Amino acid sequence: MIPAKATENLSTEKTGKGRTEAKTMRNLKRKNAMVGWSFIAIASIMICVFYFYPMIQALLLSFQSGTGANLSFVGLENYARLFKDPTFLTTVKNTVIYLMVQVPAMILLAMFLSVLLNNKSLKYRGFFRTAIFLPAVTSLVAYSVIFKYLFAQDGIINQMLMKVSLIAEPIQWLTDPFWAKVTIILAITWRWTGYNMIFYLSALQNIDESIYEAAKIDGATPIQTFFKITVPMLKPIILFTSITSTIGTLQLFDEVMNITAGGPANATMTISQYIYNLSFKYTPDFGYAATVSYAIVIMIVIFSIIQFKVAGDKK
Amino acid sequence: MSKFNKIFVYSVLIIASLVSVFPFLWMIVSATNKSSDVTQGRLLPGSHLFENVTNLLNTVELVPALMNSAKISIATTILAMLIASLAGYGFEIFQSRGKDIVFNILLLSMMIPFAALMVPLFRMFGDISGVLPMIGIDTLTAAVLPTVTTAFLIFFFRQNTKMFPKEILEAGRMDGLGELGIFFKIYVPTMKTTYAAAAIITFMASWNNYLWPLVVLQSPEKQTIPLLISNLGSSYSPDFGMIMTAIVIATLPTALIFFLMQKHFVAGMMGSVK
Repeated sequence: MIPAKATENLSTEKTGKGRTEAKTMRNLKRKNAMVGWSFIAIASIMICVFYFYPMIQALLLSFQSGTGANLSFVGLENYARLFKDPTFLTTVKNTVIYLMVQVPAMILLAMFLSVLLNNKSLKYRGFFRTAIFLPAVTSLVAYSVIFKYLFAQDGIINQMLMKVSLIAEPIQWLTDPFWAKVTIILAITWRWTGYNMIFYLSALQNIDESIYEAAKIDGATPIQTFFKITVPMLKPIILFTSITSTIGTLQLFDEVMNITAGGPANATMTISQYIYNLSFKYTPDFGYAATVSYAIVIMIVIFSIIQFKVAGDKK
Repeated sequence: MSKFNKIFVYSVLIIASLVSVFPFLWMIVSATNKSSDVTQGRLLPGSHLFENVTNLLNTVELVPALMNSAKISIATTILAMLIASLAGYGFEIFQSRGKDIVFNILLLSMMIPFAALMVPLFRMFGDISGVLPMIGIDTLTAAVLPTVTTAFLIFFFRQNTKMFPKEILEAGRMDGLGELGIFFKIYVPTMKTTYAAAAIITFMASWNNYLWPLVVLQSPEKQTIPLLISNLGSSYSPDFGMIMTAIVIATLPTALIFFLMQKHFVAGMMGSVK
């Protein structure tokens, strides 16, 4: 803390000046406190205006209903409507499916690839690392449009699968409710695996080599070493990547909007997209949209707490 | 590594790399082919790049969209750097209990999903439109303002300030520099790499941002690049060669930044786990 240091200097230089010195010290402290607050002022105001104030507005909105600007208070009616709204329940189900399938699969894949890449005797490591990370450079909209065409019924993926005789008929990647979800999951996994892998790689590089050597001497198999040493050492990163991926998946919007537009028949629609549709696509019902928003916020909080608990208990 | 292991490791990595790179190669190759070749699954470069670019320039407002995206991203990056670094510096250098409480409250904003903010923000800018149309709905300013300040960036600057040699600040004070002078003349130049990493991630996020511009920018001449790509992608009779050319052009700036500044890029990413 700089102010303390400054006053220390003052007191050694000017001892014996008694009360006036104490007074200047107090003034200096106050001045420093003011300087500190003014440094953080703009950012704090901006966060309040663009995050906290809107959330309060959303809370107030969630007790109102009506179309466009004609809103009236309806109490908890919107919240009751949530549980009877089939579209909302479908979007929650879809989002949870993405979460349960995609996040664990991607994290395991990222960890697996990082362990393979961490081998120092490997040739072309830099090339592999860059290639696998490359998808993280693309914009969500751009890669979504590319995936939409790759996975079209007459798209190149179906053409290639048929050429190698893995399938006899083209898969309805975008128009079948099951395969459309698979396409979304494949797309997100493609985009984010390399990104998460970089976190694991940097954590692996910090693990002391001698631990592995000791395990080898004790006769541990590679699989034992992985589960007994690598995984526990990576725990903070596993927690970090699963929380960020969970929050990201709960907010999923760009991909679904641009690959399937939520279809077929809402089979891929996410909660974020439903909020968008409620506000800007259907006849706007901002009140109910705000209620759905709070559903996501609550889900994010619950999932984050669960993940912290799970990661904490295994200690 | 045993021979078997070696074959296994290399084949997994080669497959993973191929899967990762294939959509890029397909995009670049398709940008040089005409639409019918793309549909037939042609994987060789063609000679239609020039034609695709001309078509693109004739069908959509590509250059204005690039300009809008550039204006929004550059303004966002400059403002974000200034606001977040001032705050990160303030929280770390003038640490106090009160400020730590404020800091933790600000961090809570990271839990708020943008989907929850978009409706109240849209209404807020709608209200502003009545008073100050210059910064209301359908202006580039409205596209910039809500995305400028993120708790993540403040956190990032605070973490990096922890390693800043604080003795230099004392020297600055002795030389009679004011607090802002110390910040701009001593802190900013010393923290160049932190700024580079933060600027890269902010610029990329802004250049690629889709949801907020989709909500707030309504007239076609205000369109950003992601909005333009999204519109092209949802057309009923798509010209694949042309659309892939548009995507290549949209991806070029971020890909260039990545390849030229890989080190800073990864540093920016890693900032979140420090």
